[in-house]
Parts: sequence; C-alpha cells; structure tokens
Amino acid sequence: MIEHLPALQVVLPLLAAPLILFLVRWPTLAWAFTTAVAWATFLVAALLLEQVWGGAVISYAHGGWEPPWGIEYRVDTVNAFVLLIIAGISAIVMPFARDSVEQEVAPDRIAWFYSAFLLANAGLLGIAITGDAFNIFVFFEISAIASYALIAMGRDRRALLSSFNYLIMGTIGTTFLLIGIGFMYMMTGTLNLADLAERLPEVRDTTTIRAAFAFIAVGVSLKLALFPLHLWLPNAYTYAPSMVTVFLSATATKVAIYVLLRFFYSVFGAEFSFGELPMDHVLMPLALLGILLPSIVAIFQDDVKRMLAYSSVAQVGYIILGISFATTLGLTASMLHLFNHAITKAALFMALGAIVYQIGGTQLNRMAGIARDMPWTMAAFVIGGLSLIGVPLTAGFITKWYLLLAALDSGYWPIAVFLLATSLLAVIYIWRVVEVAYFRERPADAPVVREAPLALLLPTWTLALASILFGIYTALPVAAASRAAAILMGGY
Amino acid sequence: MSAEMAIALGLAIPLFGMALMLLFGRWPNLRDTVMVLTAAGMFTTVLQLLPRVAAGERPSLHLFEMMPGLSIAFEVEPLGMVFAMVASGLWIVTSLYAIGYMRGAKEKNQTRFYAFFAIALFSALGIAFAQNMFTLFVFYEILSLSTYPLVAHKGNEEAKRGARVYIGLLLGTSIGFMLLAIIGTWWLTGTLDFTDGGIMAGHVGHGMGAVLLVLYMFGIGKAALMPFHRWLPSAMVAPTPVSALLHAVAVVKAGVFTVLKVSVYLFGLDYMKELVTTDWIMYVAAFTMIAASLVAIQQDNLKARLAYSTVSQLSYIVLGAMLVSQISAIGGGMHIVMHAFGKITLFFCAGAIYVATKKTEISQMDGLGRRMPFTMGAFLLGALCVIGAPPMGGLWSKWHLILGALDSGQQLMIAVFLISTLLNVAYLIPPVIRAFLRPPKDGYKGGIKEAPLLCVVPLSFTALAAFAMFFLAGPLRGLLGGMFPT
Repeated sequence: MIEHLPALQVVLPLLAAPLILFLVRWPTLAWAFTTAVAWATFLVAALLLEQVWGGAVISYAHGGWEPPWGIEYRVDTVNAFVLLIIAGISAIVMPFARDSVEQEVAPDRIAWFYSAFLLANAGLLGIAITGDAFNIFVFFEISAIASYALIAMGRDRRALLSSFNYLIMGTIGTTFLLIGIGFMYMMTGTLNLADLAERLPEVRDTTTIRAAFAFIAVGVSLKLALFPLHLWLPNAYTYAPSMVTVFLSATATKVAIYVLLRFFYSVFGAEFSFGELPMDHVLMPLALLGILLPSIVAIFQDDVKRMLAYSSVAQVGYIILGISFATTLGLTASMLHLFNHAITKAALFMALGAIVYQIGGTQLNRMAGIARDMPWTMAAFVIGGLSLIGVPLTAGFITKWYLLLAALDSGYWPIAVFLLATSLLAVIYIWRVVEVAYFRERPADAPVVREAPLALLLPTWTLALASILFGIYTALPVAAASRAAAILMGGY
Repeated sequence: MSAEMAIALGLAIPLFGMALMLLFGRWPNLRDTVMVLTAAGMFTTVLQLLPRVAAGERPSLHLFEMMPGLSIAFEVEPLGMVFAMVASGLWIVTSLYAIGYMRGAKEKNQTRFYAFFAIALFSALGIAFAQNMFTLFVFYEILSLSTYPLVAHKGNEEAKRGARVYIGLLLGTSIGFMLLAIIGTWWLTGTLDFTDGGIMAGHVGHGMGAVLLVLYMFGIGKAALMPFHRWLPSAMVAPTPVSALLHAVAVVKAGVFTVLKVSVYLFGLDYMKELVTTDWIMYVAAFTMIAASLVAIQQDNLKARLAYSTVSQLSYIVLGAMLVSQISAIGGGMHIVMHAFGKITLFFCAGAIYVATKKTEISQMDGLGRRMPFTMGAFLLGALCVIGAPPMGGLWSKWHLILGALDSGQQLMIAVFLISTLLNVAYLIPPVIRAFLRPPKDGYKGGIKEAPLLCVVPLSFTALAAFAMFFLAGPLRGLLGGMFPT
C-alpha cells in the first residue's frame, strides 16, 4: 500500500470524480463523498512528505514501465511540500463548501460541481507529482478545464465571460508549454524530467532549446499570472463561487510556480536559466512591477474580493522575486511564501465567502458596519489581513523576513527598501476594509445580518489561527522550504 | 516567586484579565473590579523583580525560538525594570480614573475599550522586558495595533481620521525604517541580543552604522521625532485615559525606551560617538524640542497643547541618548519616570475638566480654579514637574541631562535645554494663571464642584507622586546606574 502512495495521490480524486455523478440526486451525499476523498488525499500527501522528509526521493513507475520509458511519478521534498499545500487546502475547504456551495450553485448542479472540483484537484496534484513533461501538460489541461467549469458556475453572469477569458489565456499558456516540451522532445527524444535534465546539456546551445525554454517560461508565466500576463486572474477570482476562489487562489498559481521552478532549476539547471540566459534580469523587473502596480490597483477596488484578487497577483510577484535572486535563501523565501500565502489568502477568501453567504456580495459599501453583526468573520478577516501585511507573529511576517534577508544577501539594498514600502500598500488596502467594516454605521435600510453559521466559521478560523501559528512556530514550514530550496539548487 | 515565574506572570496577568473583562462585559461593576485587580496584580508581580535587578541581577526567561537564532526572550535590566514599574504602576491609577471618566462621559463600548487597554499594557511590558531587538519589535507592533481601536474609539469621522494618521505613521515608520534596520543589523552582526557595550563595534562599518542609526531613530516612530510626530496630536481624539496612560506614558515611553535600548545595548555609546549621524539626530531632536514647544504655545485646545508638549519632552530623552554620555543616558531614563508622573497628571486634569464642565479649550478656563481647586492645584504641580522646577522630580532628570551635555562638551545643547525650559513655562503656566487669577467668564458663582471622586483622587495621587519623586531621585539614579556595569 505504502509503495503505491504516489499513484493514490492522483488516482483517488481522479477516480472519485466520475463516481460522484451517481450521486446527482443527493447533493449532500456528493459533498460528504468529496470531503472523504479530499481528506484521504490529504492524508496521502502528509504520508508522502513524511517519507521524503529525510531527503529520500520516491520514484514510482506507472504500470511497471521503468523510467525514462514509462510515466514516472517522482516525489522529493519540493513537490511533497507543494502536494501538502494543495491537498491540505482542499481538505480544509470542504467543510466550508457545503453551505457555501448549496447557496451559490443550483441544486441539480452540485454533484457536477464537486466532480469538477475533484478533477481540478487531481489535475493540480498530478502536475506537482509527475516526473514526466508531457504528463505535466495533460494534468495542466485537466485542472484547467475543470477550473473553467467551476468558475462558470458562479452566480453572476459575468462568471461566464471571466471563465471564457481564463479559457483563452489558459489555453495559450498550456499550448506554449506543449510547444516547448515538443521542442525538447525533438532534441533529446525523451519526456522524463530527470532524463531531460541529463540529456539537455549536450544540446542546450541550440536555438531550438532556447526557444523551448522561452515557450515554457511564457506559457507557465501565463498560468501563474505573472505580471503582465495576469489579466485573466482578477475576474476569474471575483466571479467564481466563493469556495472555488478559496481553492484556486491557494493552489492553482502555486502549482504553476512549482512547474516554473522545476523547469528552471531541475530540468534546465540554474546555471543555464540564470547564468547563460538572463532569467534573473527578466524576472526581477516583472516581479517588482508585479508587486507594485497590482498593489496600487488593489487600493482602488470597490469589491473586496476583487481587491484580494489583485493582491494575489502582487503576492505572486513576491514569490517570483525570491526566485529571481537565484540563491538558496531567495528560493527558501519563495517556497515559504507558497505555503504562508496559501494559508493567508485562503483564510481571507473564506471570510469573504462567509460574508457573501450572509449578505450576498462583497462590495465595500455593502460591508459598512458589518463587523458588529459578524464579529467572528471580520476578526478572521483582520487576522488574515495582518498576515498579508506581514505583521510580526503572523505567517506573512516570516516570509517577509526571509525575503528581505535574501535581498540583502544578494546585495539588493534598494529592493529591501522597496519590499517594505510595498507592504505599506497592503496596509492601506486592508485598512480600508477594516475601517468600513468596524467604524462605519450600518445603513439604516440594510437588512439585518447575522453571524455566519459555524460550518463556515470553523474552517475560516482554522486557517486564520494557522496563519498565526505558522508565524510563531515556524520550524515545520521553514525546514521544509529550506530543504526544498537546497534540493532545487542542487539540480535533479 | 522565582524570577522566571514573575516575568511570565507579569505578561500573563493582563491577558488573563482581558479575557475575564470580556467575559464579564455585561456586569460593568464586576468588569471594572477585575480591571483594577488585574492592574494591581501586574504591578505587584513586576515589583517582585525589583530587589533582584537592584542587586545587579538580570533575571531572564526564554520563551521559544521563532526562527533559527531569533527568539522571543526576556531579560530584565535596570532601564526595562523602571519602564515596567512606571507603566504597570500608573495603570492602577489610570484604571480607577478610567472608571470615573468613562462613566462620567458616558462613553460607549467600554468593555472593548478596557480589553484593548489590557493588551496595550501587556505589550508595553513585553517591550520593557525584551531580551533582544526582535522581541522588542514584535511587542512594539502589537502595541501599535492594540491602541488603534482605542484611538478610533469614538468612531466618528474625526476619530477615524486621527486613528488613520496614528496607525499609518506608526506602522509606516516601524515597517519602513525600523524593520529594515533590524534586518540589516541581523545580517551584519548575526545577533539582535541587547548586550552591554553594544553589538555593532567590529561588525559594522561606520558608514553603515551611521545609516542604521538614522533608520532606527526615525523608525521608532513612537519617539515622535520630527517630521514623524503627527500621530501624537492625532491620537488626542481618543478618550482621555488613553491620552493619559498611553500617549503620555506607555506608548510614547515605549518609543524613547527603545531609543535608549538601541543606543546603549545595540550600538553602544562608545561606538555611537564615532558615527557622523549621531550629531545629526541630536540636532533633529533639539529642533523637535524647540519647534514642538513653539507649536504648543499656539494651541488653545488643552489636550493638543499637552500633546505637543509631549512631543517636545520626548526629544529630551532622544537627545539624552544622542549626547552619548552615561550621565545623559541615565538622565534620559530618569526623564521617562519624571515626565510620566507630570504628564499623566496634566492629562488627568484635562479629562477631569472635560467631565465636569465639558470644556476643552484653554481660553474657556478663566476662573476654573474656584470651581475645581484640587484639579487645578494638581495641574500646577504636574506643570512644575514637566518644567523641571523644584520641588518636583522633573528637576533631577533635567539636571542629569544638562550634566550629560556638559560631559560631552555640547554647550549648544545646554542652551537648547534652557530655552526649552523657558518655553515650557510659557505654555504650561498660563492655564493655571487663568484658572486661579482671572474671574470666570461665564459668571460662575457656585462653590466647589469637582469631577467625580474617581477622577480627582487619581490625579491628586499622581501629582503627589511627582512631588515624592523629588526625594526618590537618588535610588532611581542608583538603579539606572546599573545600565553601565563596570
């Protein structure tokens, strides 16, 4: 059993997805089944991380076809960490999903919804776990198509357009990725990542490989919403059902970042990506702009959900910045932020989900004085917001600390200053919400609002408390992140 | 009680008290009793540490390691001991006063108010006892955040605007400058522990050290060096107990306390002497001292005048640190105490006047002495203490500061101290003259009609304490001398 864990990680949600369609008439049962699968997947991810914690690498040959011929699943600390984030978030989001989805999705579609959710989950997990380039493309498409469906199920009709927009951009992204992979296959005759890493050095001075690199870099950057390729993201996050936003914001872009890291560091090698090709000089300005501009745009949003979506683009910028330093410390900061931001943003979007559940929207002016009626929800939002700002004793602070150290370590004093200055932008956009929710009177004609049900509050608070916990007890994420960074720097 | 126990309890008591207050929110009398008991409990616990610290010990408590090499840890040294005693001791008085004030002024959301007050005291103690700069920073930020709801308490447009300036400047300076300085220090020296003689010498070049000093001094926004002083007058929209304890004692003193800590234990006075920016900051502090006094003179609103006075007085302490002599650093430490007693009295008086008469402007205070003789008498004592006139404790701290200026050969600074003292007289004495020597404008003929007893007793007590400090300056100086073990 234990040796089949890597397969189970993906097969479990993948097989469960069609099975749910037998439960179309019993939405609650569909939900319960999905929850069970999500938690089982989480357990598998935790077990996998435990197995590779000491530095071991699990290689799993599908169907007994040895790599590089067969499809290989390959788990080391890097992707075990990513798997844990995805599986963990989808496990925690499930208890939240029941009430939220029941309200936001038509009853006859709920089973379909969960089916799509499990497919997206399986796709993301597959991307992270596989050691095969073509397989990455396949899973990207699985997760993407499922996500389009999930987003399109939002109540607002604009969800359809957002989903379509995402579809176009996402398809371009994965197509580019496919072209890149194709070029590499042409030159090396292999699709296995480890094998590619071995064979690429012989041919890497060719235009074909450089073109492959470029296609992959742009394609994946589209998927991870690197500024200025982020345009699909704000609408997709804003109009998707609450539960989908929570799930996607915490996982989808993170997995794409993982893929970028895998290609840059493990497949092409740091020396090629950052030595021969100037990826550090390409990524750094984009990361800096990507932090600055979306943060400013976020300040001017009237819809809080949209504001957080822009903030997500900025947070991707922080992660990419860490990568662009091309040092172990920078990578540690980035890996750490994958984890910390997943928790923080999920907590924030869940709090907004609870607000949508009670008042039907997240426009700032509708949230006036809401803290009096929904004190627990807003308190969780404030905790998440503090972590987003990077106040000490929150997870966000730990990331900021490492990122600043990495900047100083690489001799970029001005970037350290820049980082601190932009975190003040987060103060502004979070504080706007706090002020409106706490210190503005509830409009006289506003309907009476009650606190969100416990089923929504508990997961929200679990994540809010986690973002405090991991700001105090940092041993686990820091160790995982620094090990992952060391592995990435070491090549495949 | 063991020393570790006392430190842990001192920190735990206000949190525990806060939980109880939230629990008892529906029964105001019970809740307020809990508050007073919490304050008293915290003060007595802190006092347990005094004999050890006075004997030259440095009791410590290691809580946990947050990141490799960076711990949340506490160590009580003389300066922190003094700050902890002042903050927790005056909390008892303030909580009594707050009961009188908040009920007298019929403020809303009293439970929330008291709860955040307790968190603020918790973080002040954390700052006082911090063993390293990292711990200090963590509690410094908690203090900023926990006092935001107190400043915005009234919830009207003015309060929101004031609170926005307040949190914006405090978070902005601490994240923008101080955090950068802390990370720079950590990067260059590999430690953030407060160490006798400092940690910079031998690790940080003088150019970098000079930059770090500037980042620290402006980053510690709570010390209100110009041009980052605006938050202090903005914070005056808060209910008066907040202005009294937090913006005359705990928060602002946390700022200058941090300045002293950074100067003495991170930079080390010897190293700081060699930095070119030390003099620059000294001039900034001198400018702040004079300029804030000049602004204070023009304020008609009593609380605004006191706020600018605080800005000016804080710079005494920053200046004390920048004179880089042991005497002036000790003088700065003494001024933390003396100014605390003087200024809290003045704020208590301002609040008492508001509760009794709804008056907030100095021009309305003509003849007030006949109606509120105790309050205005205490006001006079508080004013004398802030001015530094005998027979009040304020004399001694100024004495040491001026000695320090002599010691480091900064004659110009002696002049600055003297001019500033004259300006103090010019803005603190007129209210007293109006109250006692002019006839009431509104033709008030009634007899004595003071604020509630719970307002008048605390302010009389702090005024007398400011007087008592005149005689207790010796032991205080002895205790603070422990900052420089030879």
